[in-house]
Amino acid sequence: MYELPLLTLVIWLPIIGGVAVLASGDRGSDISKWIALAFAILTFAISLGLWSGFDAGSGQMQFVERAAWIPTFNVEYYLGVDGISMPLIILTTFITIFVIIAGWDVITYKPSHYMAAFLIMEGVMVGVFSALDAILFYVFWEAMLIPMFIIIGVWGGPNRVYATIKFFLYTFFGSVFMLVALIYMYFQADSFSLLDFHDLELGMNAQVLIFIAFLLAFAVKVPMFPVHTWLPDAHVEAPTGGSVILAAIMLKIGGYGFLRLSMPITPDASASLDWLMIALSLIAVVYIGFVALVQQDMKKLIAYSSIAHMGFVTLGFFIVFTIIRNPDVAGGAVMGIEGGMVQMISHGFISGALFLCVGVLYDRVHSREIADYGGVINTMPWFGAFVVFFAMANAGLPGTSGFVGEFMVILATFRADFWWAFLAATTLILAAAFTLWMVKRVIFGEVKNEKVAGLQDLNGRETLNLGVLAAAVLALGIWPAPLMEVMHASVENLVVHVSECKLPASEAADCVLAVPASVAGLTGQP
Amino acid sequence: MPFDAANLFPILPEIAILVTASVVLVLDLYLKEQDKDINHTLTLIGLLVAIGLTGAVGGGETRIVFDGNVVRDGLTDLLRGAILVVSLLAFVYSRPWLKDRGLFVGEFYVLGLFAILGMLIMVSANSFLTIYLGLELQALCLYALVAFDRDSKKGAEAAMKYFVLGALGSGMLLYGVSMIYGATGSIEFGPVAQAVAEQGMDNKVLVFGVVFLVIGVGFKFGAVPFHMWVPDIYEGAPTPAVLLLGSAPKIAAFALAIRMLVDGLEAIQPDWQGMLLILAVLSMGLGNLVAIAQTNIKRMLAYSTISHVGFIFLGLLAGSAQGYASAMFYAIVYAVMSTGAFGILLILSRKGFDAENLDDLKGLNDRDSWYAAMMALVMFSMAGVPPTVGFMAKLLVLESVVRIDLVWLALVAVAFSIIGAFYYLRVVKVIYFDKPNPDMPVLTTSGGVRFAMSLNGLSLLVLGLFPAALLSWCQSVFV
Repeated sequence: MYELPLLTLVIWLPIIGGVAVLASGDRGSDISKWIALAFAILTFAISLGLWSGFDAGSGQMQFVERAAWIPTFNVEYYLGVDGISMPLIILTTFITIFVIIAGWDVITYKPSHYMAAFLIMEGVMVGVFSALDAILFYVFWEAMLIPMFIIIGVWGGPNRVYATIKFFLYTFFGSVFMLVALIYMYFQADSFSLLDFHDLELGMNAQVLIFIAFLLAFAVKVPMFPVHTWLPDAHVEAPTGGSVILAAIMLKIGGYGFLRLSMPITPDASASLDWLMIALSLIAVVYIGFVALVQQDMKKLIAYSSIAHMGFVTLGFFIVFTIIRNPDVAGGAVMGIEGGMVQMISHGFISGALFLCVGVLYDRVHSREIADYGGVINTMPWFGAFVVFFAMANAGLPGTSGFVGEFMVILATFRADFWWAFLAATTLILAAAFTLWMVKRVIFGEVKNEKVAGLQDLNGRETLNLGVLAAAVLALGIWPAPLMEVMHASVENLVVHVSECKLPASEAADCVLAVPASVAGLTGQP
Repeated sequence: MPFDAANLFPILPEIAILVTASVVLVLDLYLKEQDKDINHTLTLIGLLVAIGLTGAVGGGETRIVFDGNVVRDGLTDLLRGAILVVSLLAFVYSRPWLKDRGLFVGEFYVLGLFAILGMLIMVSANSFLTIYLGLELQALCLYALVAFDRDSKKGAEAAMKYFVLGALGSGMLLYGVSMIYGATGSIEFGPVAQAVAEQGMDNKVLVFGVVFLVIGVGFKFGAVPFHMWVPDIYEGAPTPAVLLLGSAPKIAAFALAIRMLVDGLEAIQPDWQGMLLILAVLSMGLGNLVAIAQTNIKRMLAYSTISHVGFIFLGLLAGSAQGYASAMFYAIVYAVMSTGAFGILLILSRKGFDAENLDDLKGLNDRDSWYAAMMALVMFSMAGVPPTVGFMAKLLVLESVVRIDLVWLALVAVAFSIIGAFYYLRVVKVIYFDKPNPDMPVLTTSGGVRFAMSLNGLSLLVLGLFPAALLSWCQSVFV
C-alpha cells in the first residue's frame, strides 16, 4: 500500500488544488471554496497515511523518494521524513483545513485567490519539511514567501504593505546567506543531499561561518530576538488565516531548520556557540514576555507570546550541548529536544486557535484593541469558554499541551544550569500574566459598549474550528506519548549525531564534544 | 579562392532574415495603409522560418566557413534560437502599440529585422572583423529605432545619446581590435588565441588591446562605469524599441564577450577576470541601489538591467566551462524576463497613453488578474525567488564563483540581490495591493498577445521547475 509516493502527493495535491480553485474563479457561487475544502481535507487524509505507515522504531528517513532533478549539479528531487518532520507535516495539513474554513464567509475580495494561496502555501510548506536535498529545500523555503507576501498584502489590515514588504525582506535577507553556505558545502561534499552534509567533515572556521549563515535564516524565521520585529507587524496586518499559518507553521519551519540543518551539519560550531543561542532564547522568554505584557493590540500580544514560546523551543534545542558536555546528566539531552518539538506542535495548535479567536472578534467588531472590548462573556458565553481554555493552555496549564513542552524543556534546562532554568521558568508567571490579563480585560467584566452588547455568539463553523483545536490541545496535553514515541528514535539519532565531533583530524584537539563513551548514556530516558 | 556554395548552408538562418527584411522593405512601398498587417505577418513568418532553419542547420560538428570568418557551433545554434524566439515575442507585443500611434509601418520591421540580422552575425562570427560588422549593423538599426517616433523629442534626444555613446563604445572596441591585430597579426579567433597563448601578457600592445576590448564589451552590455546611456535610452525610447534593444541584444552582447574574450583571448583569462570582477561588483551595486529611487518603471528596469549584467559577468569571470554556461543561461533567461516586463508595459499602453510610471501598474490585479500574475512571475524571477527560473540562473552563477573560491563575491552578490528584491517587490505591491485609478479603461488585448504573454510568463515558471534541459544544453556548448 505504501508504494504510493505519499510525500509527493501531499506536496503537489494542494498545489494542484490551488490551481483548480484559481481556475474555478469567483462567479458568485461557493464552488471554489468547496473545491478548496475538499482538497485540504483530502490532503490531510493522505498525510495521515504518513502517520499510520511510519515505523516509529527507526530513526532513519522513511517514505524516501529520489529522482534526478538537475543531474549536472547532482541536485535531486529527494524527499523523506523522519520522526521530527512527520508530525510537523501532519500539523500543516491539519491547520490548513481550519484556515480554509475560517475564511469561508469572511473573505469577500477574490475568495478563490485567497483559498488558492493557502493551498499552494500548504504544499510548499510540506515540501520544506520533507525535502532532503539542499536546493529543493531552499526552493520550497523561499517559494513559501510568495503566497504569504500576497496574502498579507492583499487581504491584510490598513498597514499591510509595510508589514508584508518587511516580512518578505527580512526573511529573504536571512535566507540568501544560507544559499551561499549550501553551495559552499556542495563543493565540499560533491552532493546537495542534506544527509551527505550531515556526514561532511568541516573545519571549525567553516562550521562557524556556516552556522552563522544558517542562524540568519532560521533566527529570522523562528523569530529569535533581535530579528523578531517583523513578526508583530506581519501578524497584526495579516488576515486571520495568514496569522494562523504564520504562527502555527511558518515559525516552526525555523525551528525545524535548526534541527535538520544547523545542529547536525555544524555540531561543533553549535556546541561552541550554544551560549549565544541560549542567551538569545532566554532574552526571548523573559524580555519578550514583558513586552507582551504591555501590548494594547490582541494580535500583537499573541505575536509576542509566540516569540516567547519559540524561545523555549530554541532553548530546548541548544541546551543539549551543555548537557552532553557533562556526562553525569546526559540523559536530559533527548528530553530537551523532544520538549522543544512538543512545544512546537502544541504552540501550533494554541497560537492558531488564539488567532482564530481574535479573528472571531475582529470579524464582528473590526477592532483588535483590547480597550474596545470588555464583558464579551456576557454576550458570547461559548466563545468566552474557548478563549479562557486556550489562554490557560497558552499559559502552560497542566493538562493542556502547553504544559508538556514547557515542562520538559525546563526540566532539561535544570540539568544544565539552575539559573537558566530559573529564568526560563519565569515564563510560567509571565505567560500567565499577559494572557490572563488580556482575558480578564476582553472577556470578563461589565459589558463595555454597544458593540460588545450586540455580539452574536459563535456560529457552527467557528465552533467546529475551535472545538477541534481544543480537543487537540487537550489530547496532546493529557496523552502526549504517541507523539513522543514517533519522534523518539529520530531525536536519539540526532543527539548521538551532534555529540560526535565533525572536525577534521588536524583540528581534533579542538573537539569539545566527542564523548563516545557516554553516547549510550545520552539516549536513555532520565 | 573558388566560391563553395556549401559555405552558405550554415548561415541559412541569416539568409532567411535578410530575405525577409528585403521583401518587407520593397513590399511596404506598394502596400496600402490598411494592408500593413502583411508586414507583420511576413516578419513573423520570416522569424519562424529562421528558427526552423536554425534547427535544420544546427547540431553536429563545428563548421568554419568563409575563410575562417564565420563559424557555426553549439553556441551559435543556441543563441540564434534564443535571439529569434525573443524577437518574435517582441514583434507580437509591439503591434498594437504601433497601430495605436500610426507608426505601424514597414520601416519598424525592416530596422528590427536588420538589427536581428546583426545579432545573428555576431553570434556566428569567428573573427574580430565579422563580429564588429554584426555589432555595427545591429547598433545602427537600434539607433534608428530609438528615434523611430520622430515627433517625440525625448526619443530624438535618447537616440542622439545612444548614437554618440554607442559610437564611442564601438570605437573603443575597434581600437582594441586593431591593437590585438597588431600584436598577433591576425583577426581570426583561432590564430589570435594561438598567438596570445604564446605571448602571454608580456606584450604591452596586447595588454592595451584587451583593456579596450573589455571597455567595449562593458559599453555594449551597459556595465558600470560604462552604463550612462542605459537609463536615458530606456526612458526616452518608445517602448517597442526598448523591448527590441533590451532583450535580444543582451544575448548578442554575451556572444560578443564569449567570442572575443574566450574564443580569442582565453589564454589571458586571469587578466580580464580582474577587470570583469570590478565591472560586475560595480554593476550589481549601482544598478540595484539606484533602481530603488526610480518611479519611472522603464528607468527602473534599466537599472535592473545593469544589475543583471553584473550577474552575467560573475559567470563569465569564473573562466570555466561551467561559468560560461551559467552566464549563458543567465543571459537567455534575462532576455526572456525583460521581454515579459516590457511586453506588459506595451499591453498597458493604449492610444495616447504610455505606461511608464510605477503608478500605471496600479491595481493590475483588479483589471486583469492573468496579466497581473504574469508580471508578478517576471518580477519574482528578476528578484531571484524560487521557484522561478531567475533563482536557478542566480544559483548557477553563484555556484560558478564559489567554485573558484570567490565566496566573498557570492556574498556580495546575494547582498545586492536582497536590495534588488525590494524594488521588484514594489512592483508586485503596486499590482496587487493598490487599487486601480477609476479612470483606467478595461484592458483589451488580442488573443495573440495574450497567448504570447502567457507563454512568456509561464516559461519562467516551467524553466524554474525543470531547468535541467536548458542547462545541460548550455553546458554542452562549452565542453
